[in-house]
Amino acid sequence: MRTGVFHENFASEERLWDSPTSRTWMAAFVLSLFTLPLWGSDYVLAMACIVGIHVIAALGLNLTTGNAGLISLSHGAFIGVGCYTVAWLGKQGVPFYIALPVAGFVAAFLGVIVGLPSLRVKGLYLAIATLAAHFILSFAFREWDAVTGGVSGTSIPRANLFGFELVGDRRNFYLIFVCAFAMAVAARNLARTHIGRAFVAVRDRDISAEILGVHLLRTKLTAFAIGAFYAGVAGGLLGYFYGSITPDYFVLTLSVFYLAAVIVGGLGTVLGSVLGAVFMTFVPEGLRLLASVSSQAFPGVAGLLLPMGQVVFGLLIIVFLIFEPHGLAAIWARVRRSFHLWPFKT
Amino acid sequence: MSEFLEYSLLGLLSGGVMALIALSFVLIYKGTGVVNFAVGEVMMLGAYIYYAGAVTFGLPPWVAFALALAVIGVLAIAIERAVLRPLSGQPAVAVLMATIGMASIVHGGVEAVWGGDTLSPPTLLPRTPLLLGEVLIPGTVLGNFAVAAVLIGGFLAFFRYSKTGIALRATASDPVTAATLGININYAQRLTWLLSGLVGTFAGVLIASSAGLSPLLASAALSVFAAIILGGLDSILGAIVASLLIGWVESVSAGYLGGKSRDVVPYVVVLAILVVKPYGMFGTRTIERL
Repeated sequence: MRTGVFHENFASEERLWDSPTSRTWMAAFVLSLFTLPLWGSDYVLAMACIVGIHVIAALGLNLTTGNAGLISLSHGAFIGVGCYTVAWLGKQGVPFYIALPVAGFVAAFLGVIVGLPSLRVKGLYLAIATLAAHFILSFAFREWDAVTGGVSGTSIPRANLFGFELVGDRRNFYLIFVCAFAMAVAARNLARTHIGRAFVAVRDRDISAEILGVHLLRTKLTAFAIGAFYAGVAGGLLGYFYGSITPDYFVLTLSVFYLAAVIVGGLGTVLGSVLGAVFMTFVPEGLRLLASVSSQAFPGVAGLLLPMGQVVFGLLIIVFLIFEPHGLAAIWARVRRSFHLWPFKT
Repeated sequence: MSEFLEYSLLGLLSGGVMALIALSFVLIYKGTGVVNFAVGEVMMLGAYIYYAGAVTFGLPPWVAFALALAVIGVLAIAIERAVLRPLSGQPAVAVLMATIGMASIVHGGVEAVWGGDTLSPPTLLPRTPLLLGEVLIPGTVLGNFAVAAVLIGGFLAFFRYSKTGIALRATASDPVTAATLGININYAQRLTWLLSGLVGTFAGVLIASSAGLSPLLASAALSVFAAIILGGLDSILGAIVASLLIGWVESVSAGYLGGKSRDVVPYVVVLAILVVKPYGMFGTRTIERL
């Protein structure tokens, strides 16, 4: 029986997966994910792709909001920036393995500009600045016809890897999950470098952090830029996945959706981003199921899906903030611990 | 020239109603230190209840208006008790996220009940237009401005002279000292949320009865962020002056650059002010510079 993990040196404590058990489970999880296209149905696969994209975007917002404590309401708009960048570059014939990082960097550059007011002010003011940025960017999505196609939207050429067309959910699945896995490991690794520790220091007490030699402005801008980079890549993948996009997708509700995802999942942890993204993907699906079940009794219920989604997102944010501020990640840890301690403590 | 005068006058007058919304924000920020992202939604909800009372239940407009005030008042107190009290002591960002959650709930709820179409509730004020030389001012705009001015004047007097108003100001400036002097902090904070909700309802009903009612009304409050940032988040006087100014800028820019600029001009102003002069024209300079 497993009794616990005992570290004998610093290196073993610093490992990402610190016990043989966790390594085995992780390997099994990754393996089953990568064979998913062989046995999953079309619906499962499409949902898996959406989950992957949400995971990447939530990872980014969690770095900005959870680790560095900077609230961002322009995350949805940054995803849009990534998506339109990929669309435009794809039409110029740029291959996806260049277009995706470029989408990330364009979003990161805009993130730095939006984060610039943090040079002068903190906290609440920054939230207002990101809100303003959201409206300016969505104005650009609607009006800059040459690049974004205006209100009617634009199409994104298929991703193409040396003549191998990434078309359909099964092929896109690998692209999305390789990106999601790499970016999740990158986020986890970032959190244990000096940059990640600086984020947490700035979040918890910025004046102390500055006295300890953390450059506040640079740290905050980095947090914004990295969060926006993740959003940009997620937006690019979204573009390749859907093939066409309209500005209606990038409304303020999208930012609230991701905010709900990181709060529900757990602020400041990679596990929280993943759990939150998975959970929040299935909330609209659950609502849709509920609507189709109850459509016999209440005929007009299908039209209420979108507003009811908003209500549920808001409720989840408030309920988790009050009753479980550390989110699903904390619940997950509790459940795991109770399994570990099972015969001794119930 | 008369064109410019007309845009300017209309802008200044619509700035009056904007000042009411700004007052609703500033009251809460001053009183409790929370930036309330749900002000627009509360305002919208108040207007929809007014619509339901006046049209669905066929009550006289004034009774429906009183009903809206009462419902929003009860709701504001309930929200303060159920959501904000448990979160007191948490970081400001947590409370901010909770208000975003509330905004999302109210917005979705209103859309689920009333749909997304534009409704036209009955007017509270006379529609007789006023002719000033060559400039024609619609009666509702003038009436809205008058009501807003009276309300704001009343609030300024209330904070300046009444005992409760002074207690609220004391709580806002230093809660601990206020508590030792015998002011009931919980009561003061509840009153702050109540007043802010009522002011928001006033603004919502005024706007809805002159310009029609749709869920887009809530975004009107978001453009007021430009005004409160310019005025300084914690200054009532600043909010009023800045609202008039922003109303003027919006109207003139919409007049000359076309209606679409209304969607983006206030936000560009917000970003510019935040970079250049973050504490606004009248705000306290206690915001830490980093």
